[in-house]
Amino acid sequence: MAHDADEIVLGFARALRAAGVPVTQDRAQEFTRAVALVGLDDRRATYWSGRATLCSCPDDLDRYDQVFHAWFNHRDGLPRTVPSEEQPRVVTSDLSEREENAGGVPDQDDGDPVRAMASRTERLRHRDVAAMSAAEKRLLASLFARIAPRLPQRRTSRHQRWHRGTIDAQRTLRESLRRMGEPADLAWRRRGTRPRRVVLLIDVSGSMSAYADALLRLAHRFVVADGGRHVDVFTLGTRLTHITRALRQRDPDRALIAAGETVPDWSGGTRLGEVLRVFLDRWGARGLARGSVVVVCSDGWERGDTALLGEQMARLQRLAHRVLWVNPHRGKDGYLPVQQGVAAALPHCDDFLAGHSLATYDELVEVVAHA
Amino acid sequence: MGNQQAPGDVGEVERFLGKTGYVSDESLATVVFLALRMQRPLLLEGEPGTGKTALAEAIAEAMDLPLIRLQCYEGIDATQALYDWDFPRQILHLRAIEAVAGTQAGGASGNASGGPTADPMLQDAEKSLYDERFLLARPVLQALRESPAVLLVDEVDRADDEFEAFLLEVLSTYQVTIPEIGTVKAATPPIVVLTSNRTRELHDALKRRCLYHWIDHPGLERELEILRSRAPEVSEELARQVVTVVQNLRGRDDLLKPPGVAETLDWARALESLGASELDLETASATLGALVKYREDGDRVRQALDRMMAG
Repeated sequence: MAHDADEIVLGFARALRAAGVPVTQDRAQEFTRAVALVGLDDRRATYWSGRATLCSCPDDLDRYDQVFHAWFNHRDGLPRTVPSEEQPRVVTSDLSEREENAGGVPDQDDGDPVRAMASRTERLRHRDVAAMSAAEKRLLASLFARIAPRLPQRRTSRHQRWHRGTIDAQRTLRESLRRMGEPADLAWRRRGTRPRRVVLLIDVSGSMSAYADALLRLAHRFVVADGGRHVDVFTLGTRLTHITRALRQRDPDRALIAAGETVPDWSGGTRLGEVLRVFLDRWGARGLARGSVVVVCSDGWERGDTALLGEQMARLQRLAHRVLWVNPHRGKDGYLPVQQGVAAALPHCDDFLAGHSLATYDELVEVVAHA
Repeated sequence: MGNQQAPGDVGEVERFLGKTGYVSDESLATVVFLALRMQRPLLLEGEPGTGKTALAEAIAEAMDLPLIRLQCYEGIDATQALYDWDFPRQILHLRAIEAVAGTQAGGASGNASGGPTADPMLQDAEKSLYDERFLLARPVLQALRESPAVLLVDEVDRADDEFEAFLLEVLSTYQVTIPEIGTVKAATPPIVVLTSNRTRELHDALKRRCLYHWIDHPGLERELEILRSRAPEVSEELARQVVTVVQNLRGRDDLLKPPGVAETLDWARALESLGASELDLETASATLGALVKYREDGDRVRQALDRMMAG
């Protein structure tokens, strides 16, 4: 079956978009131009020009290879054998009416509906997220909208004008130029401030599954508050996943679904040490962790080598401005940090915080803002 | 274009890069070819030390064009990238005009101020202040003016995202406007190479303007070829041993910072300058500082070398 060259090329761009590579219209056009230059019959040149025009980060390259292979190398009449990437979705629990009623019963005798609501949310703020019913969780989700994270600030090398501070020689000169070179007013300047980067590392392994939803909602608040420019979110499990892009959507439920589709190792095991090393090698040491506030949300159940975890945490602390460890179990009665993972990591953390209820998340936001 | 014709096909790009001592492969040559023909900026990403900056230098050398380099850093802004006025000289100039005008006014004392001649004089003085000679052309403006040129925007990921927006503007039209002088437009667009170490994600809008290429660590044969072409003084035997060790180290996953090609070259040269024609444990561990830059890595590599030499 023969096709037009344009059809083949643009069809390929569409297939690539369907596979999750953000191919825009202009990129597709660039690709057609490039192919016209190298010639479609040259399979290898076509491959490289597509890679240059359609991909924009290393994560795209694998997908590109798969789609390219499937599109250009398929044998007519035979089914394609390239296995699709497995993408488990988030399991959403069933919201039954019964539970909603059960939650509502104690408040029925309260005459003032507003106060009833207030006291209910107040109680909810201090409840353990893991022990909530589905209806309570739904209410809790709406409460997350009230969390307004502020980013910590740092001094920059750039100066900004100010009414006191040190003398701004350049601006003083520039202004004196207006008076024919006669120096008059002195201009002053001081060091500016910029938001410090915040990196959230969220454990989504099986033992944390009860808290993952709440923690991701919190992460979403962070990303949305800043427009995603100084906040980066990763999930930790058996592997590391960068989910900032998914969380950039304003609507929290959509953002969470998008994040769920990105994360391949939902509710799996944890290899904290190894995943942390991948984070530091690929992102952290290059500058993402450098001078930033890193928040690790995990219960510290480590399946792998705890010595490695301790080593990587030490590395992280050397790079980062502050390392915070959030453990959902910390706020519970009788908790002792005896799990091997936590014990190995704790010496390298600046703060050890609880993270099981809305009130503790408020606290976390405060700590981050002043880090 | 320039003193050298733009290459006609991919093979020619590979050859002319090879002539300067830069060993490319098919993928890189294709991307460079497309960048030259489509007149698009080239965005190179990859591990540090894989030859991103060297590629720009090689293109400039091969096409016999000047290389203009803009090193990005945090807080860089338009006055450092585009142009700035030379304020001290402007003031000096102004003082000079004043002095001259003063002596003239002393000679013809009748028409001191407000007369018909004062206005044009003032305008002239003002105009002469914003003359080309007080304009400090920074790399981007320089590249647009000297147009057939290679503009290297190095480590663009270090600059702030506001600066990216500015770059985007220049790269899409290849022109800038200076209010006091006018618009400067490149006769032929310069060849633009941007490099990034991926310390942060670049903005999509900027990426869209560019051709993207990820430079990986080279394989054994290609790295050997690079070593031969860049450091011909190193003996064949030593070169092969060095590259084998480095390739081996890159395969391990316990190094904090696996060595790049730049480190390979440094190490080979260091060994060579100690007079080694073959790799031996003593010289190797003495020169290890050229290869790995962390103490932990140094210990690990020393152990690995021990085993490799024994085996």
